[in-house]
Amino acid sequence: MHDEPVVVADGLRKRYGDLAAVDGISFQVERGEIFGMVGPNGAGKTTTVECVEGLRRPDEGRVVVLGLDPWRDARALRERMGVQLQTASLPQRIKVGEALDLFASFYRQAADGNALLERLGLGDTRSAYVSQLSGGQRQRLFVALALINQPEVVFLDELTTGLDPQGRHAIWDLVREMRAEGATVVLTTHFMDEAERLCDRVAIVDHGRIIALDAPATLVRQLGAQARVVFEVDGLQADGSPGPAPSRSSPTRASKDGAGQLNLASLGVLDGVLRVERAGERVVVYGQGDGLVSAVVHALETDGVRYWNLRTEQPNLEDVFLALTGHSDAAALGTAVTVAGPVVH
Amino acid sequence: MRGLKNLMWVQFILYLREPAAFFFTLAFPLLCLLLFGAIYGNEPAPAFWGRPIGTVDASVPAYIGLIIGTIALMNIPIETAANRDSGALRRFRATPLRPITYLVASIAVYFLLALLGVALLVVVGKLVFNLKMAGSWPAVLAGFALSALAFFASGYVLASVARTARMAQTLGMLIFFPMIFLSGAGMPVQMLPAGLQEFSKLLPLSYVVKLMQGLWFGDGLAVIAMPAAVLCGLLAVGVVLSARLFRWE
Repeated sequence: MHDEPVVVADGLRKRYGDLAAVDGISFQVERGEIFGMVGPNGAGKTTTVECVEGLRRPDEGRVVVLGLDPWRDARALRERMGVQLQTASLPQRIKVGEALDLFASFYRQAADGNALLERLGLGDTRSAYVSQLSGGQRQRLFVALALINQPEVVFLDELTTGLDPQGRHAIWDLVREMRAEGATVVLTTHFMDEAERLCDRVAIVDHGRIIALDAPATLVRQLGAQARVVFEVDGLQADGSPGPAPSRSSPTRASKDGAGQLNLASLGVLDGVLRVERAGERVVVYGQGDGLVSAVVHALETDGVRYWNLRTEQPNLEDVFLALTGHSDAAALGTAVTVAGPVVH
Repeated sequence: MRGLKNLMWVQFILYLREPAAFFFTLAFPLLCLLLFGAIYGNEPAPAFWGRPIGTVDASVPAYIGLIIGTIALMNIPIETAANRDSGALRRFRATPLRPITYLVASIAVYFLLALLGVALLVVVGKLVFNLKMAGSWPAVLAGFALSALAFFASGYVLASVARTARMAQTLGMLIFFPMIFLSGAGMPVQMLPAGLQEFSKLLPLSYVVKLMQGLWFGDGLAVIAMPAAVLCGLLAVGVVLSARLFRWE
């Protein structure tokens, strides 16, 4: 029994009017893994995970969680699962300790609420009003509520949205602890880096469908070795020509009189370069081969372009997503524009 | 029902932390009592009431109807819809908590609050106006329980019908405020013109007032049978509908 998948989703579909929010999604989650659904907002992740939790009813398809039907066997399943909802809320004017004790009382077996609060760094907040908590504390409280019944499977929906970097790292550590204690974790996120760091396997979701499903490292490897050279140029205008003189001091190269013109098209035709993307002042050159960095630097120096912060980056999950969908994760890249190189679909 | 006691406790505490609702539900009837008691006193006025009872004696059972109506048509729909709008009920739904447990816990707390309101009315009435009651306490409490439960169930039906907290408040006010003035709860029906007195027979709260006044004065079955029957019917319909229509979200 312990070899059976914890979650089985098969052919899920859900429409809202004309929109196919979930358009044929199937996957399985193995016991003890951290499984992620990653994709842009509106991709269908929350709808899918709420169908799996039994909070929404799919129009088509089959769901099995811990061997149970989330709709028919709802009460039995809810004893064994933990849920952190995207639109998480509690009654107004409730205090932290009261909320935790209340939820603990709903289950046959509950963990020690105080110990759980301590573990989540909320030990001091027991008598505080939930409305007084900071964003990060609130999020951790809802994680506590998801764990109060020591669940076998935990569903986390957009766990770190709105948190500062410190808060995000704290939550990531928590999720790893959950796995260490034997729980299976299913999470959704629109942060590619979060999915890459945390998940054992990841399903990339776009427009209601899964377009890739595997371990993040495998997906990246399958993309093909493709390095990135990234740098920033001051004052780029919409057509790629430089604007007024740069305002920052200490350029990487001793300046000539006047800044050189950055010609993105000429970068695009360099040896080994696959494509060039620009987002605001950030330029990303995708390519292969060992000579990529020096070729780019040479081109920039020859044109007398002032550039900052030049670095190379390894391919990551975001690149996988871009390659598969041809559009960017707006949160990460802002408004990205492909200037040169082949169009990727 | 697992979680019942804890939920009742939390509901009670949350209600105490909401002073505005507290005020209107409990203090408003008290203010009516003090105001109209000061105006009319409690000397027997057989010319008006048809028997030797005072205005305060006749008003207290009517104000009990006021308490019940306020909780059922204002507090219950607004609080439920607000919790639904905010997503709090949805979070409950993701736990093993059963809807019936939530309904029982909420109704029990509101029942206790209504009882508290009644106790306040009686204590103030006795101390200030020498309130008298001719009926028996068990009968009065039984009538109170029937009226309260019938109305609270209807309140949950209203809560399920209203889409948002704002709509719940509007519908509640639209239904309740006419009832205050036309059912005898806020002012005696005898003061209304004949046409409106007929109309008051359509209002459920009128039957609460008739029942409570009948039991208060110790009137026999002939007087209380009809309002009691109407309220039993309301209770049955209310329970069935509220259980069927209750939505977590």
